[in-house]
Amino acid sequence: MSLPSGTRNYTYAQDMAILRTKTHWALFIGLLVLLMAAPLYLSNYWLGVANLIGITLIAAIGLNILTGYCGQLSIGHAGFIAVGAYTAAVLTNRLELPFLVGLISGGLTAGAIGLIFGLPSVRVKGFYLAITTIAAQFIIIWVINHWSVTGGFVGIKVPYASIGGFVFRTETSQFYLIATIAALCTFFAKNLARTRVGRAFIAIRDNDLAAEVMGINLLYYKLLAFFIGCFMAGIAGALLAHWIGFLNAEQFSLTESILYIGMIIIGGLGTTVGPIFGVIFIRLLQQILTVQVVPFLERTFTMMPSGFATGVTPMLFGLVIILFLILEPRGLAHRWALLKSAYRLWPFSY
Amino acid sequence: MSDKNDVKIKIENLSLSFGGVKALIDVSLEIRNNEILAIIGPNGAGKTCLLNCISGFYKPQKGEIYFEGRRITRIRPDKAARLGLARTFQNIELFTGLSTLDNIMAARHVLMKQNFLSSALYFGWAHEEEIAHRRTVEDIIDFLEIEPIRKKIVGMLPYGMRKRVELGRALAIEPKVLLLDEPMAGMNLEEKEDIARFIIDIFEGQGETYPQSPVLRDGVNCIVLVEHDMGVVMDIADRIVVLDFGRKIAEGTPAEIRTNPEVIAAYLGEEKH
Repeated sequence: MSLPSGTRNYTYAQDMAILRTKTHWALFIGLLVLLMAAPLYLSNYWLGVANLIGITLIAAIGLNILTGYCGQLSIGHAGFIAVGAYTAAVLTNRLELPFLVGLISGGLTAGAIGLIFGLPSVRVKGFYLAITTIAAQFIIIWVINHWSVTGGFVGIKVPYASIGGFVFRTETSQFYLIATIAALCTFFAKNLARTRVGRAFIAIRDNDLAAEVMGINLLYYKLLAFFIGCFMAGIAGALLAHWIGFLNAEQFSLTESILYIGMIIIGGLGTTVGPIFGVIFIRLLQQILTVQVVPFLERTFTMMPSGFATGVTPMLFGLVIILFLILEPRGLAHRWALLKSAYRLWPFSY
Repeated sequence: MSDKNDVKIKIENLSLSFGGVKALIDVSLEIRNNEILAIIGPNGAGKTCLLNCISGFYKPQKGEIYFEGRRITRIRPDKAARLGLARTFQNIELFTGLSTLDNIMAARHVLMKQNFLSSALYFGWAHEEEIAHRRTVEDIIDFLEIEPIRKKIVGMLPYGMRKRVELGRALAIEPKVLLLDEPMAGMNLEEKEDIARFIIDIFEGQGETYPQSPVLRDGVNCIVLVEHDMGVVMDIADRIVVLDFGRKIAEGTPAEIRTNPEVIAAYLGEEKH
């Protein structure tokens, strides 16, 4: 990463810092203020969208650590989110335990289940591992549907989140809860990526043979990646449960799992900003298609049978993703990097 | 010289086969302290197989390997690294998505103590540790003269530079034994001379030039070199072991090897009468 002309690092600490110039700090603080002031300028509806984006982001950050950094392809992410969601739901609804206990247990349970389904990664890689993680998706959903504790096909109600007597009842209060946890997860993921553990993950992704020769224990670090990735999925799941208030296994479909892969690819695999861009892109695209495009199509093509627009939207959605992958295979994070260097070098081109 | 304490790695009757292919047959040799040992031999002689056995990639069917008196036959590669065995590869095996700096930092893995929790929190302990190791890594970068490519992604670097980064990565483990698999393959004369100079400098140690980096200050006093370039091997090796079709056919000083009839036969072929 280069610096603007005239800016110099004099210590390694300066060189390793994330925010290195006054502009960085100004932008960072500005962004935080903008984020925290969101309830002031967003309607309740869009605040809801922001909450969904925040929850999705936490899960996507987890998947990015697992797939983007450590290179272990997982197509069972929605399954692990479901584990966290149902753990939190069962603990807070049936056992009436506090929200925070449910949240942490949701993360830990998902992490533990992730460890089990991560075990094949010791032997198989790439597509083969992807197939074994699909098993996670189906087994978890099957168990949820057939186990009395989880409410089966009927579903389960989840109370509002509450910490020390304060109940997160409104979208606004939930926004602050979700945004705080999402920001913390981003911070942790960034730190992980730039230190010893992150380098071990990337080493395994890029060259597991050499990683092992450099003293990296493949078994430990692959499982650690599964644990961290699924832990974050579990946290996201728990938040989702309290945010929606009602759980049903259909919310955690295979399509959702694949969508998560799509998000981190569109955002940029193995980058910190990648999941943020990818999640915002996909969730907003979904919103725009259902809220804007569907009514527009219904109005324009009145001769078509009713419901045709709802059928067309998945195709449009797929088309946008395909176009995206063709035009920018390196993800939005790459565009962001280009934009940053253009800003840094302006008015010169390099 | 062949005092028991002088032997760093002892290989006894090592045999390795892949199905019907016998890659190594009953190979015994000693790698000693204070020497650069070259392993030479025609293509397919089993040189790389021997290195792979030492670093734990291949599991030999017969025979034993001892490192400082400790049995390391069929050891897991990451444990071999922890013991102090570092290596480079014939076909460069770098972490292509990381920068030069991070590649070498990644090799400090076994010497660092952070776990995922302290890494994630970063401030305080992890930060101090990163800076402490960064110092040594910067010394290695300085020593190998790769400062300009410090922050370049290694996947984009030219071949010669990548070879150098790989050497740096092996050094960063602070190894007791350095196994170099054809460090000069595919290089021009100038690049070969650079690498030869680095190898000798690593072997001799740089003393007070790098007071804070033990590996550069004290050097690595046991280097195993697999190489094809006879000129280089004859110049820098203290001893040479010659393999041919998986067997050890000769062992000795460069002068002895040069005149050994079996070696000449293996390389140039025998005249049939």
